[in-house]
Amino acid sequence: MTVRLQREDFDVGAEIEALTRGTPRIGAVVSFVGLVRDLHVREGYHRDAVQALTLEHWPGVTEKALADIEAEAQQRWPLDATLIVHRYGRLEPGERIVLVLTASPHRDAAFDACRFLIDWLKTKAPFWKLEETPVGDKWVEAHGDDDAAAQKWEKK
Amino acid sequence: MKVKYFAWLRQKTGVAEEDVTLPDDVRTVQHLVDFLSRRSPRHAEAFSEAKIFGAAVDQQVVQFDASIADAREVAFFPPFTGG
Repeated sequence: MTVRLQREDFDVGAEIEALTRGTPRIGAVVSFVGLVRDLHVREGYHRDAVQALTLEHWPGVTEKALADIEAEAQQRWPLDATLIVHRYGRLEPGERIVLVLTASPHRDAAFDACRFLIDWLKTKAPFWKLEETPVGDKWVEAHGDDDAAAQKWEKK
Repeated sequence: MKVKYFAWLRQKTGVAEEDVTLPDDVRTVQHLVDFLSRRSPRHAEAFSEAKIFGAAVDQQVVQFDASIADAREVAFFPPFTGG
């Protein structure tokens, strides 16, 4: 049940080890790692090379939003442990941006909760991406796909 | 009251945050947008963008018809693009 916002990179293996150590009832860990892509496809046709992106957040409020999203996952699934690490600042293609870990006795809860966390995090936590491209800096616009993915998890 | 701007709203207005004193008839987020739009040409341009943006009153995301009575801080920002 941890949320971290940091400039520096993270070690996925070490984070999994730290998350599960001392809790032998955990039988499944699911991880999602988001990376900076070197190409941004906009609306399916317009392509820009991305040289770097800068992630902006809202100190204090972003952490709270991530903690709220994590608490929602805890309520919905029987999870033994969760971790969200999100980086901010300037990142280059290939660098890790975000890590989501979910751990539970059985895999179903871990898989579903991990997918839920990344889907909600994308649309409900205050982050903004500024991309550096050969034709200048561009703010990344929200994607309808991401909204649809987040919407799937709204309770009917 | 404090007004905060994030991402392209900050770039376009040219300020990250500012203190404003509001007349009595500025009672909702939409009223505030209209009021701020008259503050400078840059504000007018930022808020006249066809692009969609959101608002938060005292760090709670709200609709534009939300009241700003007693608010200490209102923030404006583009849709979130994390992950």
